Amino acid sequence: MAEPGWGHPDAGEVTPAPPDRGVHREEGVRGALIAGASTVVFLAVIGWLILRSPNWPKVRDQFFDLELLADSWPAVLRGFWVDVQMFAWGIVAIPMLALLLAVARSFRGPAFFPIRALAVIFIDIMRGVPLVLLILLLGFGIPALQIPGLPTSAIFWGVTALTLSYSAYTAEIFRSGIDSVPESQRSSARSIGLTQWQTLRFAILPQAIRNVVPAFMNTVVSLQKDVALVSVLGVREAVREAQIISARTFNYTAYIAATRLFLAFSIPLVRFVDWYTRRDRVRRSQVAV
Amino acid sequence: MSDGGEGASRPKLSVESVCKRFGDRVVLNDIDLAVAEHEVVCLIGGSGSGKSTLLRCIDLLDPIDRGRILLDGADIGSGQVNSNSVRRRIGIVFQSFNLFPHMRIMDNVTLGPRKALGIPRAEAEERAGALLARLGLSEHARKYPDQLSGGQQQRVAIARALVSEPEVLLLDEITSALDPELVGEVLSTIRELADGGMTMVLATHEMGFARDVAHRIAFLDAGRILETRPPGQVLSAPTEARTRQFLQRVIDAGRL
Repeated sequence: MAEPGWGHPDAGEVTPAPPDRGVHREEGVRGALIAGASTVVFLAVIGWLILRSPNWPKVRDQFFDLELLADSWPAVLRGFWVDVQMFAWGIVAIPMLALLLAVARSFRGPAFFPIRALAVIFIDIMRGVPLVLLILLLGFGIPALQIPGLPTSAIFWGVTALTLSYSAYTAEIFRSGIDSVPESQRSSARSIGLTQWQTLRFAILPQAIRNVVPAFMNTVVSLQKDVALVSVLGVREAVREAQIISARTFNYTAYIAATRLFLAFSIPLVRFVDWYTRRDRVRRSQVAV
Repeated sequence: MSDGGEGASRPKLSVESVCKRFGDRVVLNDIDLAVAEHEVVCLIGGSGSGKSTLLRCIDLLDPIDRGRILLDGADIGSGQVNSNSVRRRIGIVFQSFNLFPHMRIMDNVTLGPRKALGIPRAEAEERAGALLARLGLSEHARKYPDQLSGGQQQRVAIARALVSEPEVLLLDEITSALDPELVGEVLSTIRELADGGMTMVLATHEMGFARDVAHRIAFLDAGRILETRPPGQVLSAPTEARTRQFLQRVIDAGRL
């Protein structure tokens, strides 16, 4: 049987043509002026609406107390460093577990049924439980069992819960990547004598992973914020520190401090993801021409 | 090769009463085919007649439902033989090349020897380099598949199949996906291999080529081999009505 549609490695993938740079540049200056002006007007209207609202002086004191901002900064920053560390652990552990799950799900043949089934059950459960509940269950539950040898650190179990939940979602991303590699690639790898494992390792996974990098990076962005959920275990990360300060001062400025830190971290990350995704798409559409 | 008593007459490859179905559809219906060493057999027939499936079954890429496939007299489909090691002895080239797009040409060709045969990289690259040179592809060794023309990619695919020195080479309509002006370079490569004594089974729509290169032509129709005879006889004096109809369509299309 002929295998239609795979004549070219990227055939069948519909990619928009890259924008015409020439037209872009001509419209650039005028466009920038219009965009700038409309942004200024927009911000002025929003600002005016906020500042003239009757409760603004109160809100300003509650959320934007500059003195408190300076005072809470060191503690919140210290807490944010804990967030960054949890994020770093997650970003290493999640792809590894996710890849394992995705590979387990994609193994073929009746002999591998138990492995496939276990992976499916795990993924279903992890995707079905709210993340905050999973963090609570693991973070309070497992240390309470007092099993000798198991760590009791809340940070450890918080990161573990994040990893389990996120790897279930990420495994689905990886699996869609594996499925996106044409069947003919598998045939051709098997035909040169590679085993099923070697076929996956050398022919399928490198292509699958490349296909899902943009999708995976979105997961990374959302993980960067979700580490704050570990605060429910009392881990003194940024949000928890802000909570402690606001409980003491009856003022929410510390939350603004935490917000600024998360934004300072995530906006560059989001920009990078966008840039990478766009570059990847352009590169592919050039290949497809 | 140490032949047994009957070795001289034993076919290199033989397909015995092979049946294969996809769901309700019978794709191969009681196929018998024997290929001698150094013989070139062409499979012709309309699309959907089972040519590709037969080749895929011979390379153990698709399981058969009934029958036996023998390589040097040993049943390779029985599960007693390691199918990975069988695939190393049989090479196959596909219609759509199926090169690995993420690997350079050199890596495409050496992947099999390095991983399946465990040959060190340097030695594998030396072997692959010689083969690429023979096929006129040396200058492309560092490139990626999408930087090559279809004809060049198909010749790389041939190199990838040949580098492990297979005993039988299967070619599945390898010129069908090519622009007409690129067909010639691929066919001349195949002709050289045939002249060099490679045992080959090839599915093709190139009737002129089949007549030139094949020792025998097998005509497939609806999963059956209706006749297997020397090309002059099949193409000029077909015995089967279905063969005559098929050839008439080919002639009408200007392909013979």
